Amino acid sequence: MSLQLLTYIFVGITFIVYIGIAIWSRASSTQEFYIAGAHVPPLANGLATAADWMSAASFISMAGIVSYMGRDGSVYLMGWTGGYVLLALMIAPYLRDFGKFTVPDFIGDRYYSQLARMVAVVCAIFVSFTYVAGQMRGVGVVFSRFLEVDINLGVLIGMTIVFFYAVLGGMKGITYTQVAQYCVLIFAYMVPAVFISILMTGNVIPQIGFGSELNESMGGGYLLDRLDGLHQELGFAAYTAGVRSSLDVLFITAALIMGTAGLPHVIIRFFTVPSVRAARKSAGYALFFIAILYTTAPAIAAFARTNLINTVNNAVYTEMPVWFRTWENINLITFDDKNGDGRIQYVADPGINELNVDRDIIVLANPEIAQLPNWVIALIAAGGLAAALSTAAGLLLVISTSISHDLLKRNLMPNISEKQELKFARIAIFFAVCIAGYFGINPPGFVAQVVAFAFGLAASSFFPAIVLGIFSVRMNKEGAVSGMIAGIVFTATYIIYFKFINPAADTAENWWFGISPEGIGTVGMLLNFIISVVVCRFTPAPPQDVVDMVLDIRVPGKPS
Amino acid sequence: MREDDNKYWQENIRILKILLGIWFVVSFLMSVIFVDQLDVIRIGGFKFGFWMAQQGSIYVYVILIFVYLKMMDNLNHKYHHEEKDILAEEKSDQAS
Repeated sequence: MSLQLLTYIFVGITFIVYIGIAIWSRASSTQEFYIAGAHVPPLANGLATAADWMSAASFISMAGIVSYMGRDGSVYLMGWTGGYVLLALMIAPYLRDFGKFTVPDFIGDRYYSQLARMVAVVCAIFVSFTYVAGQMRGVGVVFSRFLEVDINLGVLIGMTIVFFYAVLGGMKGITYTQVAQYCVLIFAYMVPAVFISILMTGNVIPQIGFGSELNESMGGGYLLDRLDGLHQELGFAAYTAGVRSSLDVLFITAALIMGTAGLPHVIIRFFTVPSVRAARKSAGYALFFIAILYTTAPAIAAFARTNLINTVNNAVYTEMPVWFRTWENINLITFDDKNGDGRIQYVADPGINELNVDRDIIVLANPEIAQLPNWVIALIAAGGLAAALSTAAGLLLVISTSISHDLLKRNLMPNISEKQELKFARIAIFFAVCIAGYFGINPPGFVAQVVAFAFGLAASSFFPAIVLGIFSVRMNKEGAVSGMIAGIVFTATYIIYFKFINPAADTAENWWFGISPEGIGTVGMLLNFIISVVVCRFTPAPPQDVVDMVLDIRVPGKPS
Repeated sequence: MREDDNKYWQENIRILKILLGIWFVVSFLMSVIFVDQLDVIRIGGFKFGFWMAQQGSIYVYVILIFVYLKMMDNLNHKYHHEEKDILAEEKSDQAS
């Protein structure tokens, strides 16, 4: 069967499954729409959280980024998993005990302030839109590359599917489609990884394979040693050594970790389980399911890097395999024969280097480079779509609840009935899908840069406010609000300066203490903590009912 | 009752300090600050520091959460804070 036909069959089957689940799990109350009636078993929530978390970026781009960054790529591997320990230990169980619907719910109630609620709503909507634009783009890209559909049509098809199950099922529909999507994406990710691991090292488990010896046919010797050697031959830094300063690596990792723990679309998933214990357990399951992909990614990165260098370096251009041409046609591989010898020079020195390979290719083209069968390549398309759609749905729900619940019900229109609130939630999700689709079709040029923004803001605003709200009884609204505003303003200013106003200055010499804009959220977070604690000392203690609420959420099973 | 809650909270904090201490050492000391020193040790084809940064830290995170779950179960049992299992109760209601 042709690749095209196989891809259509795989993608078609998964879409039918998603729609089927949506029809089966319609939401009939706001509780079901916002938090799936708090009836999701921990295992299902773990699977759904994993799919929610792993976006088009995790699925398509991450292994490629690690492949190019070598050891420094660990900032993403640790940054996007380490936050779950903080979530499980410091946030999820307590917010589950609090037992409302959203993160702004908690911030607004805990700090008895509509201002605090509004700051949280604005942050939640901003962070979610930033993210969702990238997902819709991912959907469009997968459609155009694998199904040869126009990118815009691809985005429209993706929007329709998400719209269908998000509007109909709310959180309930999203949760159970995410469970299915996790299964699709992890299967699609693992199959090629296992194949390549066997081909190169004879080891079935990729996590062990990339620390093993290469097969005889590939010359033997440890794979990572070979890769280090190849890198040094071509003038790159050794693959297993770092290039960035330890301090910067530390700050970036910390910003991603705290950001993860403060992202509303992740936190909200822990409102959907029936108990505090279930919240802890599902955080464990979620990280387990995420870890399967995240520990495979660095293995794929090392395999692909070795394969790529072996295949292209010093090879005769006219003898390159078919995949090289396919990706060259859409400009993700570019070759410029500078010295006119008809061979490809792939080296670190930009003056001599003749080849540029887009990082996204590492996952998308890896099966082709390793000459795996067509059905494995077709799987990648279905997996990429599952990753993008599941994350988009979770984000759209946060946007819709922020508007219908936090903005309307809890602030502007407290008297609306549940039925009206549900109607507003569905209207909000409709507009959110349309705006997300618009950004998918007309992507703002700064999507990559705003990722630093999303994590920086979550780390410097939500994370300290939530943690202090639980662990400090004395923390009051003056402290929390001034801390959040200071953290956001500081972080946003630093990022906007280096990413938008003066991108030319975005180099290590100009950064404060050598901390890159990606890592500045950590400083913003510390600033938030310090200002909150200091301001709190000089302002009145919170009212008694808030103190009681904090004491109640610390002990499971008590009414709050 | 409040006094009991207070003791419960203190023990909860102690558990967090231990587990987050391990989390910090693994994430920031072993995988970032002292990674080059650890790279001297080799396990198979892996340098140990590199392995911690790209594999080991993630395994430790998963283990930490399940250890926390177990420790909190014990603590809740000690203070009689077990929660009702709503899902299981509904199932048995339907069965009867």
